[in-house]
Amino acid sequence: MTARPNEPERYYNYAYLDEQTKRMIRRAILKALAIPGYQAPFGSREMPVPYGWGTGGIQLTAAIIGPDDVYKCIDQGADDTTNAVSIRRFFAQVADVATTEETGEATIIQTRHRIPEKGLTEGQVLVFQVPQPEPLRGLEARETETRAMHAYEEYGLQYVSLYESVAAHGYIASTVGYPTMIEERYLMSPSPIPKFDNPKLGQNPAILLFGAGREKRIYAVPPYTNVRSLDFEDHPFETQTWEEDCALCGAQESYLDEVVLDDSGERMFVCSDSNFCAERRAAGHAGPMAGHQLAALDKEPA
Amino acid sequence: MDADVMTRPQAASGMTQAAPLLRVTDLTKSYGHVVGCRNVSFELRPGEVLGIVGESGSGKTTLLNAISGKLPPSAGKVEFDTSRFGLTDIYGLNEPDRRRMQREEWGFVHQNPRDGLRMRVSGGANVAEPLMNLGNRHYGQMRAATIEWLERVELDTRRIDDKPRNFSGGMQQRIQVARNLIHGPRLVFMDEPTGGLDVSVQARLLDLLRELVRDLGLAVIIVTHDMAVARLMADRLIVMKNGFVVETGLTDQVLDDPQHPYSQLLVSSVLQI
Repeated sequence: MTARPNEPERYYNYAYLDEQTKRMIRRAILKALAIPGYQAPFGSREMPVPYGWGTGGIQLTAAIIGPDDVYKCIDQGADDTTNAVSIRRFFAQVADVATTEETGEATIIQTRHRIPEKGLTEGQVLVFQVPQPEPLRGLEARETETRAMHAYEEYGLQYVSLYESVAAHGYIASTVGYPTMIEERYLMSPSPIPKFDNPKLGQNPAILLFGAGREKRIYAVPPYTNVRSLDFEDHPFETQTWEEDCALCGAQESYLDEVVLDDSGERMFVCSDSNFCAERRAAGHAGPMAGHQLAALDKEPA
Repeated sequence: MDADVMTRPQAASGMTQAAPLLRVTDLTKSYGHVVGCRNVSFELRPGEVLGIVGESGSGKTTLLNAISGKLPPSAGKVEFDTSRFGLTDIYGLNEPDRRRMQREEWGFVHQNPRDGLRMRVSGGANVAEPLMNLGNRHYGQMRAATIEWLERVELDTRRIDDKPRNFSGGMQQRIQVARNLIHGPRLVFMDEPTGGLDVSVQARLLDLLRELVRDLGLAVIIVTHDMAVARLMADRLIVMKNGFVVETGLTDQVLDDPQHPYSQLLVSSVLQI
C-alpha cells in the first residue's frame, strides 16, 4: 500500500475517541479477553448517537480499528438498514477505513442481533452492541447481588427464567439473549442474538467482543472458547427451525425473517443475513420467489 | 444445664443430649451509641423451637438478623453446626461458604412475603428456586416436588403458575413457607410469620407451621410479639427488653409464671375476649 500524504496525522487522535480513552477501552478489552465471559467495567463515553443505538459497539470498534482495517456493520443481519449504514459511514469518515458488505473480506464486523451465516475466520473481530450485559438482571435487580453471584458462581437463579418458560409454554420458549455459560465459569448474555446463533459462539475462530455503552461493561469470548447454552436435563437446548426455505436464495440452513408483502396476508421468508443471501443468488441459487423486487434493494451504496 | 456440651466444640453423635445446632455467645450489636441487642447467649438443639418475644424496639429483629448472617454483630459469636465444617463461627467463614450454608441449610420466612418472594416470577418457580440453587437441573423432578409442597401447605396446585401478587396475603405466606422448606433445611428463621394476617388465616397458618415443624423435626427461631403465637409454636422463650434478655425458660413456664416484671407485664397485657 502506498503511503498517503497525511500518513502521520492518520494515526493521531484517530477514530473519534482520544488516545487516552482508547487506551482505557483496550485495557478493558484485554481484561475481558483474559477472563472470558466476565463483565469488565469501563468508562463509557458520550457518543454522537443516543444510548441504545450501539454506543458500546462503536466505542469498541473505535478502540481497535486501524487505517488498514476493512469494516462491515450489520443490523438484524442486514447491511442496508439505517443504523448499519449510519455507523458504517461514521467509521468511513472518522477512521478513514475501507468498508465492505462481504463477510469474508471484513476484519472488523460490528453487529446487532446476528452472527453472520458465513463462518468467521481467525483474525476477524466480531463486535456486538449490547443493551443489557447482565443476564440475571431481570430476576435480580441489585447490582451488588448479581456481582456476588458471578463471583461465587451462584447461577441457580438463571434457571428460574427457563423454568418459567417451560411452565408457561411446555418448552424453553425464549429466543433472544439466551443465557450461556462460558468455559463452565461465567454466565453470559450473548446480547440480543437469536438462540439460532448461540452454537456459533462456541469454538469460533474469531474474537467476539461485547460492548454495553449505557451499562458501561465490556466482555468477550476469545477464539476457540467453550460456550454452552443453559437447559434442563429433560428440556435440552434447541435452536429455531423453519418449514420454509429462503424465498430468494432457497437456503435451508439460514436464519429467516418473515416479511409481510401486502395487506391480504401475502408473506415471504428471506435470509436475515443479506450478504449471505446475495452471495448465494450470485452463485446461481434460486428460491421460490427469486427475482422478487425486494432482492433489488440489496445493493445499496454504502 | 449445657455445661457438658459447652466443652465440646465439635458436633458429636451418640451423646445422650444432642450437640447444639446453633450456639450464640455474648452477641452484641450496636448502631453507633444505640444498642440493638447486648450480651445475648443461648443454644439451640436440633428440632427445638425457640421463640424470641418482646415489644417493638426491644432488639428482636436485630438479634434475628445477626444470628441469621444478615447483620455482622459488634461483638460475640454465632456458631452453627454446618454440614461441611462442623460447629463454626458463621462470620468466620468466607462469604461464598457462608452464602452456600445459608442457601443449603437455612430458611428465612419474612414477615412480609414481598421480602421473601420474587414477585415477578410465578409461585411455582418461587418454590422451586431453592432446588435450582442446589444444582437440580431436571424440570420434571422440580415440578413434581413443587406440586407436592404446594399440597403440603394446602394451596390449590392448579394455581402453581400464578404470580404471587395474584394470591392473598395468607397464600403468599404459604408459598413463602413452601419455598423455605422444600430444600430440607435444618434451621428456619421466622420473623413474625403471621403478622399482618387476619386471625382465622393466622390460626390456620400457625396450625400448618406447627405440623410441618413437628413432621420435619426442624429447628426454628421465631420472632414474635404475639404471645399466642409463642405459646403455640415455641418450646422455649427468650424475653427481650431494651436489647437485653430479661428472662428465658420453657414457654409454659415463662407464660404461666413470669418472673421478671417486664415478662409479667407482657403476659398480663394480652387481650382477652
